[in-house]
Amino acid sequence: MNHPNANRVAVTGLGVICAIGSGREAFAAALREGRSGVAPLSLARAGELRFANAAQVRDFNAEDHFSAKDADMLDRFAQLAVVAAREALAQAGIGLTEELRERAAIVTGSCIGGQTAEDAGFVELYEQGRPRVHPMTIPKTMANAGASAISQDLGITGPAFTISTACASSAHAIGQAFHMVRSGQAPMAIAGGSEAPFSFGILKAWEAMRVVSPTLCRPFSRDRNGMILGEGAAMLLLEPLEAARARGAQPLAEIVGFGMSSDAHHITQPSAEGAAKAIRAALRDAALTPDQIGYVNAHGTGTLANDSTEARALGFVFGDQARGDKPGGRRPAVSSTKAMHGHTLGAAGAIEAAATIIGLRNGFLPPTIHFTEADPECELDVITNSARVVSVDYAVSNSFAFGGLNAVLAFARAI
Amino acid sequence: MPENQLSDDELTQKILHIVADTQRRDMATVTAESSFEELNIDSMDAVNIVFAVENEFNINVPDEEMRTLKTVRDVIDGVRRLISAQAS
Repeated sequence: MNHPNANRVAVTGLGVICAIGSGREAFAAALREGRSGVAPLSLARAGELRFANAAQVRDFNAEDHFSAKDADMLDRFAQLAVVAAREALAQAGIGLTEELRERAAIVTGSCIGGQTAEDAGFVELYEQGRPRVHPMTIPKTMANAGASAISQDLGITGPAFTISTACASSAHAIGQAFHMVRSGQAPMAIAGGSEAPFSFGILKAWEAMRVVSPTLCRPFSRDRNGMILGEGAAMLLLEPLEAARARGAQPLAEIVGFGMSSDAHHITQPSAEGAAKAIRAALRDAALTPDQIGYVNAHGTGTLANDSTEARALGFVFGDQARGDKPGGRRPAVSSTKAMHGHTLGAAGAIEAAATIIGLRNGFLPPTIHFTEADPECELDVITNSARVVSVDYAVSNSFAFGGLNAVLAFARAI
Repeated sequence: MPENQLSDDELTQKILHIVADTQRRDMATVTAESSFEELNIDSMDAVNIVFAVENEFNINVPDEEMRTLKTVRDVIDGVRRLISAQAS
């Protein structure tokens, strides 16, 4: 083992809200069924965008979860973060003692934070010519608003911070929380991310990069034509495995490793070498060999660039196994759940970690829906359209962000 | 002057200027026959160039067309086509 005095880290609670499920159970059912959360974009001026579809959370009513006054102080992205955190804590069934409150960590990830609140303010300033914006604009916009709101909501006064690494934000957040619990720095952590990017200006900015699909997200398909944007939140409750067992809690999974790397290549184009480096780092951290990995939850955004580059990276790491050339060799099954819940940006790492954990726990691997035809440049064992009923022991979840920042989490099925 | 009345030469010069400008290169190094590869223009650079071109000529280049652009000539021809389509 790489870390002799380290705690093993269990996930004992999950909270999820996204386009395919408000709540962990709904999310799990949707993953199993291969349900699509993609629908026509519901937004003012949506007709002026080149793309028509998105994976929005359709049934979230802030006042179901917060008083009107409290809801007013939180941008949607922070509201989603709190709701997910509450659900994770409730599932874990931990009684928050004074010591836990004082030492528990909160680590969240978000790409744009509450920029939709800022956008609304700018509309008033620039378009409507008003002389002022709402005084809560800064507190609502700041990317740490999710972590701060969770801290306040749960009365946690331990270390709390937010990581912003674009599409890898919440993977980095979970990874840092994992380090803190493994080392004993924190006896418990709430870790994950949230994102609510649906404002016209931000969508225009995405449109300008020409990476959003005008139809559907088809990861690893030959005819894939881009990503579908999504929103949502997921939070994981982490604690030492021993502590969980001592209080009779059932771990959902174990986090066994975390790997990071930077591409040093391009601000938007990914690098197979950089991605492979992060995957290998996660495996090394977990003291696992590639052939032990039964499932990869891919970054799989459905863009031409990402999917073929990621396939190459997986080939580097899993060698012949990825392509299945090795007779009798096990190759990891691969899927991208982004086809179902969209690319949730700063929340992606966490939502996909949740999907991976749910798969490990329930003996199925979520599918890559909307799959049409295999791409020769993506020679992988892709789980297409329907979930695969199989129990695997170890899985990894990839997050490869713009700016070449890569984060990979390794999970073990809880026994 | 309305875009569709631009002579071929004027259109070409504007586009060469846009390419040189966005790529921060000397105008002398950009010709109508230069390929993106020769000019070290990657896919993100191409998106940036097309953004400037769309603004300059008030046209809309669809996402699918991006993949077909490999040379400065492709951009010039594409712009001419879009301007004419708009005018008619």
